[in-house]
Amino acid sequence: MTLSLRDVQYQWPGRSGFSLSVPELDVAKGETVLLLGESGSGKSTLLSLICGTILPNHGTISIDGININRMSGGKRDQLRAEAIGVIFQQFNLLPFGTVRDNILLPLHFAPKRRERVRTLKAEVEKLCAALDLPKGIEKTKANTLSVGQQQRVAVARALIGHPPLVLADEPTSALDAATQTSFLKLLFDQTASHDTSVVMVSHDPRLGDHFDRVIQMKDIASFERGLI
Amino acid sequence: MILRLAIASLFARAVTVGMTILAIALSVALFLGVEKVRAGAKASFADTISGTDLIVGARSGSVQLLLYSVFRIGSATNNVTWESYQDIANRPEVDWIVPISLGDSHRQFRVMGTTTAFFDHYKYRQGRSLQITDGAVISDLFDAVIGADVAKTLNYDVGDPIIVAHGIASFTDHKDQPFRISGVLDKTGTPVDRTIIVSLRAIEAIHVDWKGGGKKPGQSTPAETLRVMPLDPQAVTAALVGVKNPLQTFTLQRAINEYPREPLLAVLPGVALQELWSIVGLAETALLAVSVMVVVTALIGMMATLFASLSERRREMAIFRAMGARPTTIFGLLLIEAIVMATLGALIGVALLYLILMIAQPFVDASFGLWLPITAPSAQEVWVVLAVIIASIIVSLIPAIRAYRISVADGMLVQT
Repeated sequence: MTLSLRDVQYQWPGRSGFSLSVPELDVAKGETVLLLGESGSGKSTLLSLICGTILPNHGTISIDGININRMSGGKRDQLRAEAIGVIFQQFNLLPFGTVRDNILLPLHFAPKRRERVRTLKAEVEKLCAALDLPKGIEKTKANTLSVGQQQRVAVARALIGHPPLVLADEPTSALDAATQTSFLKLLFDQTASHDTSVVMVSHDPRLGDHFDRVIQMKDIASFERGLI
Repeated sequence: MILRLAIASLFARAVTVGMTILAIALSVALFLGVEKVRAGAKASFADTISGTDLIVGARSGSVQLLLYSVFRIGSATNNVTWESYQDIANRPEVDWIVPISLGDSHRQFRVMGTTTAFFDHYKYRQGRSLQITDGAVISDLFDAVIGADVAKTLNYDVGDPIIVAHGIASFTDHKDQPFRISGVLDKTGTPVDRTIIVSLRAIEAIHVDWKGGGKKPGQSTPAETLRVMPLDPQAVTAALVGVKNPLQTFTLQRAINEYPREPLLAVLPGVALQELWSIVGLAETALLAVSVMVVVTALIGMMATLFASLSERRREMAIFRAMGARPTTIFGLLLIEAIVMATLGALIGVALLYLILMIAQPFVDASFGLWLPITAPSAQEVWVVLAVIIASIIVSLIPAIRAYRISVADGMLVQT
């Protein structure tokens, strides 16, 4: 299993009754999963738990067979760098860096991922070409790209060095329907070739067709807002 | 690569970062400038008189003697009789001796009676001689040579008449014996600039018709008669002495201080200047403290800039975190930024100082007589740059800790 959650419970510090619990969630190697849920259904909290930036109060989370609960903060950061490619909704890139800088950024924190990339320059070019980005875009400043191009650069960054898991937080929400489809196709072409698992959260059920499995947040998790 | 990104991030905020660097640069330039002026002032203070081995006057304090004889501040309590002066002049150790007679004034400026030897032996700023800008040195009994400030303030030129007042801040003029300006001296940055120099005989001449501080009624000796009179002075206020061999300075000083017929005092100008500087020097310390505060203010400004940037950079920090950066990396990035800004600021400040020095040096010399030497950066300047960098690390710790906390709390998702 690339990702496995068991009896996970998380309570926001300082807010009584504001909690998320996920009894069971498994994502197999190479599987693509769409997590559907309305905003406020705990999707973001779940992503933070998987990434290890917050720790569950109870239960276990393992990534690529490694239980992250008992790791120190630094180790979890390290594991995230090595094992997870993250794609945000938007504003994925450091605006002042070039495309190349942005794509290579995770390798800086992940020596093993870096080892897998033989020549950085060639790998960046290969990924850019595979994701249909214009030739020679590597040296362009990220803030001059279109939103669609930025999202594809974010995919290249998530994929470089082939981490076992790619997490995406509504990466297509800023794109129009036609672009969404081609974006997902490009993403899956790349992940399929390296057996990378993909977990994408979204509120848009129309994306479901592209995925191996569609999970409703409300089926796997209970989320309490409590009294505010 | 992280360093390169940090610098790229700084470039992306070029305006605020530029302003911060400018503030640091200006404060560093100010601080070092104050230091330069201080050192220059101290040096030029010490350079007020050089080449003179001893100053001789009536017995008082060494600082007082220096003040009235060289700086023309205050007055002598007593004079040196002409006999004693001659005795000293005739001693074997004495190479040269220049008499100084003070007591009269013209407007706010003191009149000094001396001999033409003054122009040969009075030296300032490591042996520079007085130079005449305009006209010539004293040749006639009623010739006067004026300092640069006198000429500038009173708008006097060669050939202009000048009436000397009896005493200082007095209402009685030596109207019957007007002087003629024969020469104007170059700016020196010494009290000579504010002095009217006449011959020692002239001082006697204008007092021929006076007795005991008042004018003899009805008496007025014509200038022609005065010119042929012997006019030997009764006394002088002080004298500048040069010795043949520097080793004899102390022998001579001792001899003068123990002169049996009159209580006299001989001081080494350098020693008296040091004594005086230790009194005046308090102000320099205050000035230095103020410029240190300016540097501190600039650094606090940088801290404020860093703080202000944090809220708009939460996204940037979240991206770094999502890529696997630890909160300590975020902390380090902030520190690197501060170090880059402070280093650039300090270096630009040093460069700015030298640029200003190059432009202002002749102007400052001409208007204030203050010579600011341009030398290679000293160890002190290197220390200042290092101190600014270290201080920047200290002040940037606070925003860096804040960034650390934000990045722990936000994780990779910006909570807005």
